[in-house]
Amino acid sequence: MFSKILIANRGEIALRVIRACRELGIQTAVVYSTADADAAYLKLADEAVCIGNAPPKESYLKMDRIIAAAEVADVQAIHPGYGFLSENAHFAEICRECKIEFIGPSPEAMARVGDKVACKRLAKKAKVPTVPGSEGEVENEKEALEIAREIGYPVIIKAAAGGGGRGMRVAHNDVSLQGGLRQAQAEAENAFKNSAVYIEKYVELGRHVEVQVLADRHGNAVHLWERDCSMQRRHQKLVEESPSPLLKAKTREALCAAAVRLVKAAEYTNAGTVEFLVDRDENFYLLEVNARIQVEHPVTELVTGIDLIKQQIRVAAGEKLPFKQEDIEQRGHAIECRINAEDPSRNFAPSPGVIDELRLPGGPGVRLDSHVYAGYRIPPNYDSMVGKLIVHRPTRAEAIATMRRALTEFHVAPTKTTIPLLLQIMDNQSFQNGEVDTGFIERVMLSK
Amino acid sequence: MDVALLEQIVSLMAAHDLNTVDVRDGDRRVILKRGIANAVVHAPQVVTARPAANPAPAAASEPSTTAPDESRYLRITSPMVGTFYASPKPGEKPFVTTGSVVNEDTDVCIIEAMKTFNNIKAECHGTIARVLVQDGQPVEFGTVLFLVNPS
Repeated sequence: MFSKILIANRGEIALRVIRACRELGIQTAVVYSTADADAAYLKLADEAVCIGNAPPKESYLKMDRIIAAAEVADVQAIHPGYGFLSENAHFAEICRECKIEFIGPSPEAMARVGDKVACKRLAKKAKVPTVPGSEGEVENEKEALEIAREIGYPVIIKAAAGGGGRGMRVAHNDVSLQGGLRQAQAEAENAFKNSAVYIEKYVELGRHVEVQVLADRHGNAVHLWERDCSMQRRHQKLVEESPSPLLKAKTREALCAAAVRLVKAAEYTNAGTVEFLVDRDENFYLLEVNARIQVEHPVTELVTGIDLIKQQIRVAAGEKLPFKQEDIEQRGHAIECRINAEDPSRNFAPSPGVIDELRLPGGPGVRLDSHVYAGYRIPPNYDSMVGKLIVHRPTRAEAIATMRRALTEFHVAPTKTTIPLLLQIMDNQSFQNGEVDTGFIERVMLSK
Repeated sequence: MDVALLEQIVSLMAAHDLNTVDVRDGDRRVILKRGIANAVVHAPQVVTARPAANPAPAAASEPSTTAPDESRYLRITSPMVGTFYASPKPGEKPFVTTGSVVNEDTDVCIIEAMKTFNNIKAECHGTIARVLVQDGQPVEFGTVLFLVNPS
């Protein structure tokens, strides 16, 4: 087991890893930028090393300084958290070359699942369904029409080099396909200097259901069941829960088994998440694989009783998984709400600055993962998440009631947060019925 | 650490059924843990940790080493994380000492990171007033290395 680990991240996830290490008796060194110099969570580590100025490019993304910090602090391993360098295969490679254990998958496994084309090929081999679509770039209109008729409308045209919703067009028939193709290509050329587009089946009213997986270096791979993350705004998750409400047991089993097949085919180790899109008929399609620990991991921790960060550290230290698939149960229902320092009434304008007043929720079934406190100054340079509020109760209805109670106990001032929107979600009849999809929030709640 | 003191603490722990005692004395620290059945903790360990309350390792924070009247000095700070070396090679004279004249291009020290040795330039004009770090000391981004009397 490691005697000392460097945490190459910040905020709530840095605190989360520090907590796991403290319980395991592992010493910690944590990096920080000048913007985080006064953060109280730094004091919970044994050592803190300043690695640069506020902008991520000058600090949390600076591989050389992070490795130098690891050497200066004389650690055996680095935990990259999520975001930043956590899915950077090059960084994982450098760690290996410097004989520092990277707590995550190998650079090769990361590359295998990180590349969308390579991942799709692996999925086919592992008999994991993928979104039907063109094999690669669509060359011309004739090919586009053929593919669309083969997979069936509606389809979505996506920029190959793209992201962020740009260079995308949905088409419901041949005419809109032809127009959409030209528009998407033009937009892609403009935004990404690359007009290449591909076509996929468009799943309307789909649900985002992801599977937590964990694999050791001895060939053992298990799933820790699923999380439903359909409640999103602009592809950012707001609420996550487990189990996925209304999902049939048969679909759940198949989804989770598919995720394990995929990670085995990729020879993937450590923690990861396989994301699927589930349509109204409960067909599921692979979206992508996240080769890191995720923000919403506490949801899985609560329903399975397994500490995922500790397991990550153990796997990286070469230990075998201490459980088999049949030992992993889903008990009760857990819901997580991400608390962001944004004002939902002003189009989610960020609300950085000092938190003067803070009163935190508590009581039965409530878990709060947060690095903030009264007097904490939220730096403007990073994401706006100030904490995660997670509840765990025997049933979904009780979990919603507890979340509602906890949200009303949560007082933050003068910082604006997404708490009012989260309360609206908990009160929403369709949400309470479990009838949600990835377009729900934007369609129903924000269009008022 | 005084062994007699440790023995006293251990018997006090047993007598009062205490599980954990964490003793700090300056920059020395002893954590004693007893009889926790299933907790994954290591055997009693003696830890000479850097004081956990101060996030900046080794390099003294500015308030304690620079007196108020030293605010007129320019500061040469570390642009990287690594190990500070005062001389070009072990055994050689240091690049600079108190009183050395420096200009923009003067090499004032080496900071070693990941086996590469980086010559750090003064990037200012003046004379070295104080050397704040020791040869072989780990430094972080922003650690104040030298105070310079501007010319």
